[in-house]
Amino acid sequence: MNEQYPALLVVVPLLSALAISVAGWVNKRLCFPIAVAALGVSAWSSVGLLFRVLNEGAIVYKLGGWLPPMGIAYYIDYLNGLVLPVVSIVALLNLISSKKIVEQQFPDKAGPFYTLYVLMVTGLLGIVVTGDAFNLYVLLEIASLTGYGLLAMGEERAPLATLNYLYMGTIGACFYLLGIGYLYIVTGSLNMVDIARLLPPLYQSKAVLAAFIICMVGVWLKMAFFPLHAWLPNAYTYANSASSGLIAPLMTKVMVYVMIRLILTVFTPAFVFSTLAVSHYIVWLACIAIVIGAVLALKERNLKKMLTYIVVAEVGYMVGGAWLGNRAGLTGAVLHIVNDALMTLCVFLVVGNIVYKVKGYAFADLKGLFSKMPFTMGAFVIGALSIIGVPPTCGFFSKWYLILGAIQAHQYGFMVALLFSSLINVVLFFRVFEIGFYEPFSDHEGHEHHPAVMAEAPLTMLVPLYVVAISLILVGLYTGDIVNHIVQFVIPKGFM
Amino acid sequence: METITSIRPLLAVLVSLLIIPLVVVSSRSPNVRESWTFVAAVAKFLIVLSMLPVILKGTEIVYTVVQFMPGAAIKFRVDALGMLFALVSSSLWIITSAYSIGYMRGLKEHGQTRYFCFFAICLSATIGAAFSANLLTLYLFYEILSLATYPLVTHHQDLEARSSGRKYLLYVVGASIGLVLPAMLICYNLAGTLEFSKNGILAGTAASPSLLFILLFMFVFGFAKSAIMPMHSWLPAAMVAPTPVSALLHAVAVVKVGVFSIIRILTGVFGIQLLSSSHLGIAVCCVAAFTILVGSFIALSQDGLKRLLAFSTIAQLSYIVLGVALLSPKGMTGGMLHIAMHAFGKITLFFCAGAIFVATGKKNISEMIGIGRRMPVTMAAFFIASLSIIGVPPCGGFISKWYLALGTLQAHQIGFLVVLLFSSLLNAAYFIPITYKAFFCRPEDAMFENKVQEAPAFCVVPLVITATISVILLFYPQPFLRLARMMVQSITGA
Repeated sequence: MNEQYPALLVVVPLLSALAISVAGWVNKRLCFPIAVAALGVSAWSSVGLLFRVLNEGAIVYKLGGWLPPMGIAYYIDYLNGLVLPVVSIVALLNLISSKKIVEQQFPDKAGPFYTLYVLMVTGLLGIVVTGDAFNLYVLLEIASLTGYGLLAMGEERAPLATLNYLYMGTIGACFYLLGIGYLYIVTGSLNMVDIARLLPPLYQSKAVLAAFIICMVGVWLKMAFFPLHAWLPNAYTYANSASSGLIAPLMTKVMVYVMIRLILTVFTPAFVFSTLAVSHYIVWLACIAIVIGAVLALKERNLKKMLTYIVVAEVGYMVGGAWLGNRAGLTGAVLHIVNDALMTLCVFLVVGNIVYKVKGYAFADLKGLFSKMPFTMGAFVIGALSIIGVPPTCGFFSKWYLILGAIQAHQYGFMVALLFSSLINVVLFFRVFEIGFYEPFSDHEGHEHHPAVMAEAPLTMLVPLYVVAISLILVGLYTGDIVNHIVQFVIPKGFM
Repeated sequence: METITSIRPLLAVLVSLLIIPLVVVSSRSPNVRESWTFVAAVAKFLIVLSMLPVILKGTEIVYTVVQFMPGAAIKFRVDALGMLFALVSSSLWIITSAYSIGYMRGLKEHGQTRYFCFFAICLSATIGAAFSANLLTLYLFYEILSLATYPLVTHHQDLEARSSGRKYLLYVVGASIGLVLPAMLICYNLAGTLEFSKNGILAGTAASPSLLFILLFMFVFGFAKSAIMPMHSWLPAAMVAPTPVSALLHAVAVVKVGVFSIIRILTGVFGIQLLSSSHLGIAVCCVAAFTILVGSFIALSQDGLKRLLAFSTIAQLSYIVLGVALLSPKGMTGGMLHIAMHAFGKITLFFCAGAIFVATGKKNISEMIGIGRRMPVTMAAFFIASLSIIGVPPCGGFISKWYLALGTLQAHQIGFLVVLLFSSLLNAAYFIPITYKAFFCRPEDAMFENKVQEAPAFCVVPLVITATISVILLFYPQPFLRLARMMVQSITGA
C-alpha cells in the first residue's frame, strides 16, 4: 500500500471526479462525501509520502512500471514532499468549508462543482508530484481549465474576469510548452532528471537560454508575477468563495514550486544565478511587485479584492526570495510556499464565512463584525498577524529568512520592500479591524452596552478555519524543525 | 555563571494565558470572572517569587522552548534584571486587578470580559519580555504586548479611541517592524547569534563605527515603547484608555518593557565595553537628557491630569535610559533601580487620577481645586507618590535619584548631573501645586464641599498600598537594590 502512495495521490481523485459527475445525475447528496473521501485519501497519501521521504530520502515511482525516460516517472524529494501535503490538506479543508457555500449559492450545480474541484486538485497534485516536464504541462492545463470553470461560477462579472484569466493563462501555458519544446529539441528528453543530466554541456547554447527564459515567463504569467499580474485580482474577487478559497492559496504557490523546481532540478542554480546574471533585475522586479501589490491593496475598499492584491505582493516575496540566489533566500521562498498557502487559505476562509452570513465583502459590510462573528474574526486576526509577520505565527519566520537572504545578498532594496509591505499590511488589516471593532459608532462614549446579536458561521466552516488558524502558529513554532529536517535538503549541498 | 534549567519561567508566562478561557466562560458572573484574574495574578507572582532565592544566590534559570536557528530560539533566561522587572510588574498586577474592579464597575464600563482577557495577555507578554534570553524572544513578546494593548487603549470604541489607537499602532508597531526587525536581522547576520551576552554580541564583529551608530539608534528609537523623543507622542494619546490600563501598562508594564529592551540592547547586544570605546553611550545619554528636559517642560503646561502624568512618565523613563547609558556602575544601578521606584510612585499617581475621575468625573487639574477636602486619603497618597517621583525623602524615588546622581559623578559627566537636578526642580514645579491647591486653597475658591466622599474601596485601598510601599522602599529597598547591584556586577565584572 505505501509503495503506491504516489499513484493513489493522483489516481484516486481523478477517478473520483468521474464518480462525482455520475453521482451528480443520480443523487446530488453523494457528491460531497465522495469528494471528501477522495481528497482524504490524497491527504493521507501525501502525508505518508512526506514521512517516507523523511525516512528514506527521495523516491522514484515509475507510473505503470514503464521505465524513464520513456515512461512517466514521479519523483518525490524533499521539495515536493513538503508541498504535496500542503496542497492536499489546504484543498481538503477548503472543501469541507465549501459544503455550506455550495448549498447556499448553487445547490443545483453541486455535481459539476465538486467534479471540477476534485479534478483541479488532481491537476495541482500532479504538477507537484510529476518528474516529467511535458506531463507537468498536461496537468497544468487540467488544473487551469478546471480552475477557469470554478472561478467563472460567481458574480455577474465572474465570467468576464475569468475569460481574461483564460487568455492570459493559456498564453502562459503555451510559453511553458514552447520552452519545454526547445529543451526537447536540444536534449531529446522530457524527463526532468534526464534533461538535467544532458543539459550541462549545452549551457552555452542560445536555445537552452531561450528555453529557460520562455519557461520562466510562462510560469510567471501563471503565478501573476508583476507585471503579469493584471488578470488575478478580478478573477479571484468575483468568483464564489468556495472556488477562490481553493485557487487563491494554491495556484500561485504551485507555480512558485514549478519555478523553484525548474531552477533547482531541471537547470542548476549555478547556471541560473551565475551564468545568466539576471537575478539582480528579477529581485528588483520582485520589489516592485511587492510595493505595487501593497499600494494597490491600499486603494481597495473591499476586503476580498484587497486580499487578492496581497496575494500579488506575496508572489513577489517568493520570486524575489528564490532569485536572491543564496541559501537563506531560497529557504525563505520554500518556507513561504507553505506559510503563504496556509495564511491565504485562512483569510479566504474568513471571507467565505463573512459572505455566507453577511452576503457581502465590501468594507461597509464589515461593520460590527467583531460582535456578530467573534470566532471568524478571531481567526482573521491570527491570519492577518501572520501576513503582517508577527511572531510566533509562521509568516514571521519566512519573512525572517527572506530578509536575512536579502542582507546576505546585499539586496537592501528587497529588504526595504519586505518591511514596507509589512507596514502596509498593518495598515490594511487594522483598517479592517477598525471597521469591525468601532463601527457603527456608539453615541455615548461607548459606555452604552449594545447587546450584540451573534450570528456565527456554521461549524463546518468554523472548524476548518480554526484548524488553519492554529496551524499558522504551530507551523511557526516548528519552523526550526521544518527547516532542519526538510527545507535544508531541498537546496543543493554546497550552495550558499 | 551557574545556570539551572527549569520550566518555571515558562509557567510564569503561561499562567495568565491559561485563565483566559475561564474568564470568557464565566463572563456572565463578574465575581467569578474577576476571581480568575486574581488566581492568575497571585499564581504569577508566586511563581516569580519562587525563583527569587535562586537568583539572589547568583544562579540563573534557563529554559529553551523551541530552537529555530542556531543562536535564535524562544528561550528564557532569568537573571537579576529580569527578576527585578518581573517582580515589579507581577506584584503590581495583583493590586491593579483590585483597582480595575473598583474602576470598571464604578463607571459601569462595557466589554469588561474583553478588558480582563487582554489585560491577562499583556501581563504574559510583559513577563515573557522580562525573562527573554535573546533578542528574538524579546521581540516576540514585545510585539504581542503591542498588539494586546491595542484593544485596551481603544476600549471606549469611539472616535477619539480610534484616532489614538491609530497613533499608538503607528508609533509602537510601525517602529518595531520598521526599525527593530531589520536591526535585529543585521545583528544576526553580523554576530550569528541573538543571545544576550555579558560582553555584548556585537563586540568583536566586523561592524564599522557608523554601522554601529545606525544600529544603536534603530534599536533605541525602534523600541518606541520607551517613549524617547521623538517617538513619544503615542503615550499621551494612549491616555484615552481606562485609567487602570494607563496605570499598569502605561506607567509600568508597556513603557518599562520598552526601557528594559533598551537596557538589554545596551548591555547584552552592544556591551558596555563597545559602547564606551566607541562613545556611543554618550550619544544615548544626550538623547535621553533631551527627553528628560523637554518632557518635564511640556508636563508643566498640561492641564489634563493624565496627560501631565504621561509627560512626566516620558521624562522619567529617560532617567532609566540615561542611567544605564552613563555606563558607570552607580549610574546603571540607579537606572535599573528606577524601574522599580518609578513604578510604585507613578502607578499611585495614576490610581489617584482614576479615583478622582470615578468619584467626581473630573479630569483636569484646574477643576481639582480644593479636592483635598473631599478626598483626603487619595490626595495624601498623591502627595507621597509625587515626592517619590521628584526624588526626595521619605520616598523610594530618592534612592534611585541618588544613585543616578552619583553615577553622573562617577562617569565625570557633570552636565548630566545638572540635567537631573534641574529636572527634579521641574518635577516639583508641576507636582507640588496640584497638592497645594487641593488642600490649601481659600474656602471661597474650593470647588468641592467640605465633606469626605472617597472613591469605592476597591479604588482607594490599592492606591494606599502602593503609596505605602513607595515609602517603605526608602527604608527597605530590597530585594530591588540587591538585584540591580547583582546585575551591574555581572555586567561590569566588578
